[in-house]
Amino acid sequence: MIDMAGRRGRALVLLAALVSGIGGLSVLRVSATSAQALVADLSSHLIAISTGFVGTEVVLFGATDGPGEVAVVVLGPKSQVTVRRKERVAGIWMNRHRVTFDQVPSYYAVATSRSLESLAPPAVLARHEIGIGHLPLVPAAADGVDEVLAAPFRAALIREKQREGLYGVGDGQVVFLGQRLFRTTISFPAEVATGAYSVGVFLIRDGDVVSAQTTPLIVNKIGISAGISEVAQRQPLLYGLAAVAAAAAIGWLAGALMGRL
Amino acid sequence: MEVYLPIAGMSVNAVAILGMGGVVGFLSGMFGVGGGFLMTPLLMFIGVPPAVTVGTQANQLIAASISGVLGHWRRNNVDVKMGLVLLAGGALGSVVGIAVFERLQDLGQIDLTISLLYVLLLGVVGVSMLVESVAAMLRRRRPVSRAKLHRHTWLHGLPFKTRFPRSRLYISALLPFAIGVFGGILVSVMGIGGGFLLVPAMIYLLGMPTALVAGTSLFQIVFTTAAVTVMQATVNHTVDVMLALLLLLGGVVGAQFGSRLGGRLRGETARALLALLVVAVAVAVAIQLVETPEYPYSLAVEAPR
Repeated sequence: MIDMAGRRGRALVLLAALVSGIGGLSVLRVSATSAQALVADLSSHLIAISTGFVGTEVVLFGATDGPGEVAVVVLGPKSQVTVRRKERVAGIWMNRHRVTFDQVPSYYAVATSRSLESLAPPAVLARHEIGIGHLPLVPAAADGVDEVLAAPFRAALIREKQREGLYGVGDGQVVFLGQRLFRTTISFPAEVATGAYSVGVFLIRDGDVVSAQTTPLIVNKIGISAGISEVAQRQPLLYGLAAVAAAAAIGWLAGALMGRL
Repeated sequence: MEVYLPIAGMSVNAVAILGMGGVVGFLSGMFGVGGGFLMTPLLMFIGVPPAVTVGTQANQLIAASISGVLGHWRRNNVDVKMGLVLLAGGALGSVVGIAVFERLQDLGQIDLTISLLYVLLLGVVGVSMLVESVAAMLRRRRPVSRAKLHRHTWLHGLPFKTRFPRSRLYISALLPFAIGVFGGILVSVMGIGGGFLLVPAMIYLLGMPTALVAGTSLFQIVFTTAAVTVMQATVNHTVDVMLALLLLLGGVVGAQFGSRLGGRLRGETARALLALLVVAVAVAVAIQLVETPEYPYSLAVEAPR
């Protein structure tokens, strides 16, 4: 499992490098109504989490073939998330109810060149997951939770993610430089999850998406922190023994020094 | 200076962590305790996930207890046979504790359990220590009247009676074994060495000579924390060596200063101050339990494995 994810990650990095190497732009088309109606690329396709990592920003820039509005959606790797609510029981606050959501993106950000509502009708926005309200956060089927119960938990999920800086608060700005060139900045906090991210760029004309492009973005640990988490995951026994040995050595050294003083 | 903690998956201020390690090390050096009971709530307070806190604490405590046990070893204050029986119990307790921890985490009740255990254990131990030390300070001159040495209770009727020559005891091996089990659970569920509970248990339940108690309990804690570290690393992947290293470095330095100052304190005064600290932590945790939380909702992301 871990191996496969690792290899896939590396393959994606390679692919991204390859595509951008050839074309100067990494264009993975999902749908397009006209050739090159939209091209976009990132300032970097790899976010490297090193020991001093405190979060980073990635610049997305691109061009359209004419007037139109642009929306950018960044989605992190998806996983299951359980939301728990504390309730008062005998004077003490404890977790009581929980709702598990499937396919929750670890990161979500949206940037648009105009306010979301004036961009396109809700159905169009929902189809492309543009706007945090259009994220399909569905309770896990096995739990059998109804919508009335799930709604406050969904709102809390978004709120907590926003508090961690992992979901964008409000919509970012896509800025047009002249008629056709545009750019936007995507920021990532230190707590960003590792994995394959997708950056979707949509060209919208008359309330409909006329061109779209998806660009991969990889978040990976590098250097010491990569080494530590890799050993911890792949060789947990070795990692544990090394941790014990290191602490024992420091403790012994400190004890021996104290004996001398 | 920010440092990324690879297992916790978060970025912390290295100076703040070193400082925390230093302050807790100072206090533990001064009072001769491990300091886990202070560090676990502090780490959880700054946002380190409970699982990583407890796993990393086990790792960190190895160093403090090794440097402690060395001193006692040099003075021949370790009952190795007793320590080994405690340790056997500790091994069983760690396995049980880690399973309990995992189950509670699945249920979403690990924070609550840790907090309740803190309030209960620290509250009881802190208050009784406070009462004892204040009483001792008030009538310093009065001779200490200890209970007679051989008080026979049902505890002495237990099977597997064993001689512990170093402690001059002939008691059932089940007693230290049970204390060890309890200690192992504390390390793996609460991330504390548990010296503050083991020491009184060994004095009052086993009747061990006071001089041997600290060294023997530390001897046991060294191996229990080592076993828990390896198990937490293999079962739960929650040992962050980067965090442990920062805490250790701060702790080692702090402990040096603490132990020097501690040498100048009177025994009862030191115990009373420690008791106040223990009670304060218990009260702080208790307040968090009853206070209306600012954020009643919490998220648990399924670990991508």
